[in-house]
Amino acid sequence: MITAARNYMIFIRRCTRIAFVGDWRYYAWMGLLTVISLLGLNAYAKQLVHGLIVTGMSDEVSWGVYIANFTFLVGVAAAAVMMVIPVYIYDNEELHDLVIFGELLAVAAIIMCLAFVTVDLGRPDRFWHLIPGIGQLNFPRSMLSWDVIVLNGYLLLNVHICGYLLYCRYQNKKPGKWFYIPFVFTAIIWAVSIHTVTAFLYVGLGGRPFWNASIVGPRFLASAFTAGPAIIILALQIIRHYTHYRITDKALLTLRSIVQVSMIINVFLLVCEVFKEFYSGTTHGVSARYLFVGLHGHHALVPWIWTAITLNLVAMVILVLPVSRSLRWLDVACVLSIVGIWIEKGMGLVIPGFIPTPLGAIVEYVPSLNETLVCLGIWAFGLLCYTIFLRMSVPILQGRIAKSNEGQPEIQGDEPETAPVADPLPH
Amino acid sequence: MTPTLPPPDDKTSDASMSRRNFLRGAAAFGGLTALAASLAPLRQLEDFSSSEEFLQKYYKELTPDDMTKVISRIEREVQKEYGIRPHVRDLKPMDGVEFVYCLNLTRCIGCRKCVHACVNENNQSRNPEIQYIRVLKMPHGSMDVEKGDHTYEAKSVPEKGFFYMPVQCQQCQNPPCVKVCPVNATWQEKDGITVIDYDWCIGCRYCEAACPYWARRFNFTKPEIPKERLNPNMAYLGNRPRKQGVMEKCHFCIQRTRAGKYPACLEVCPVGARKFGNILDPESEVSYIMREKRVFIQLKEEMGTSPRFFYYFDK
Repeated sequence: MITAARNYMIFIRRCTRIAFVGDWRYYAWMGLLTVISLLGLNAYAKQLVHGLIVTGMSDEVSWGVYIANFTFLVGVAAAAVMMVIPVYIYDNEELHDLVIFGELLAVAAIIMCLAFVTVDLGRPDRFWHLIPGIGQLNFPRSMLSWDVIVLNGYLLLNVHICGYLLYCRYQNKKPGKWFYIPFVFTAIIWAVSIHTVTAFLYVGLGGRPFWNASIVGPRFLASAFTAGPAIIILALQIIRHYTHYRITDKALLTLRSIVQVSMIINVFLLVCEVFKEFYSGTTHGVSARYLFVGLHGHHALVPWIWTAITLNLVAMVILVLPVSRSLRWLDVACVLSIVGIWIEKGMGLVIPGFIPTPLGAIVEYVPSLNETLVCLGIWAFGLLCYTIFLRMSVPILQGRIAKSNEGQPEIQGDEPETAPVADPLPH
Repeated sequence: MTPTLPPPDDKTSDASMSRRNFLRGAAAFGGLTALAASLAPLRQLEDFSSSEEFLQKYYKELTPDDMTKVISRIEREVQKEYGIRPHVRDLKPMDGVEFVYCLNLTRCIGCRKCVHACVNENNQSRNPEIQYIRVLKMPHGSMDVEKGDHTYEAKSVPEKGFFYMPVQCQQCQNPPCVKVCPVNATWQEKDGITVIDYDWCIGCRYCEAACPYWARRFNFTKPEIPKERLNPNMAYLGNRPRKQGVMEKCHFCIQRTRAGKYPACLEVCPVGARKFGNILDPESEVSYIMREKRVFIQLKEEMGTSPRFFYYFDK
């Protein structure tokens, strides 16, 4: 028992160490992210003092970019499962070793989600009111209480799966099926649930016709399964470029077909929604009219949504054409889809739900500088987490940080994979 | 024991070792300084939450003893801030009472006296200004709030061709705001009033998004009330001053109505458009109106919220 704990401590220590060493590019990247995170923290400290008045939000538009980013990132987290399904259900060999990168992305995304929800709270000091037992979690009636449970559960599931698999690899041990396969399958269902629950958060509000539509749930999933794997495609290429970790083009192209199909479904669902809102001509379509064409001279969101639609359509065309089998075009399509869906899910879904208000007043929303800095800070912090996770996991997966080389000179992390392990030296 | 230092690197000489250590130390120091600097604004954070308030239990779990302590804390805090000793009570709903509000749209002239009487009675923030009642100027022939004018400024009211519709919390029988609150900080009391425990609300504003009547207001910053304007007659679930970051809304003037008085908006109304009372009492004015008047409107009836706030016309 003590030996096991000691071994685990050594594992943790070596992982921590590798997170802090690297070449100048690594330091520059981490330094940049740290600076942006601290700028965000500074902006958040100001918000804590003065209140949410430092944001662009109001009683009319009471949720803004915080919740918009939260919604987008829940999708990113959920999409990690789109790598897990091919591997564990269809036994796709190409993606097998890459699953862990997707799951680590999910962990980073959930950390960002939790941060975005926290900064949106007026009284973050009272977070403990949410903890069952000592607080008053309104479960199962409030969809937000469901969200608290599924998000934290998903975080734990993924931390367990990644941590367990990496530690097994470190010890060069075959993972015990019962220790992770049930969790993997739970995580698959759970991933769908986190996004569905987040969609239901909006769908359940009868007083907001723009959200109160059953199509919101499916659209959430379709857009998540587009943007999530698109991010993973880009991340895998960055990993491949900087770490010499072998990632085949075939694996990337498998992900391409996921992005391709999801994007087609996403655009189709968008068409369904636009048709319903506009053709029927009921007063319920008024938020959609505000979003797409503007209302009574107010049209702050119109340029955003048309940018998003253009990006999504161009991305879809590229993805459908054989040209996207070349990585350069695939990357272009991925970037376009990520930006397009970020706008569509954020500015395009959260904000227009509030405009006009249920009493018909039109008050527009523009994020403030302070609010934007908080958002950038959280994004930087999330990227910082993901970079650290990758920094630790890649050498473990490559076998360069392993139990067998404990006590030997540590790698600096930037040697090519083929570098021979140095001879053991007297301590 | 785990080794505290990584094994020495064979390729590094002593000189580069110490240089690296120096750089690491400098980086760590710089990082901590930057962290402290970025948190500097927090120094302005004054009594954001006292430990007593932080650890306070949920309203429904407070024993009478706890409540006495809570009330004396609130009185202390108010006195410290406003220099006035308030009288804070925890008024409970009365048996056999269910409050209903009726508003006569034929009579309302849109003078907004109710709006301001409410602000004065309920200690709303004056800067930024929070109002519980929104009066819509509506063109004759429509109940569509989209056609309403929220910001009308007329030399004299009423204006020809319009009627006026004040909207405040509708005290729904099926309140969507209560359903969505993740921490049960808002609930419906026995007498039909939906209340908020300002000491329990986490400020997520989900209730504000859920309300089909736009009745809820959020304290986006620390509320400002001039000392001389503070109403010292307070209730825990009613008009005691709120803190930054929590929700509030109309509570049918709980500090008045649970003590047998009319709401402030009703008392101030110059044309008697507002009627309030106990629907369970067949002799009450509201029961009479519900029985005898012919046209009732529950705003957005199709929402299924079933408001306890009824609009009616005389003719």
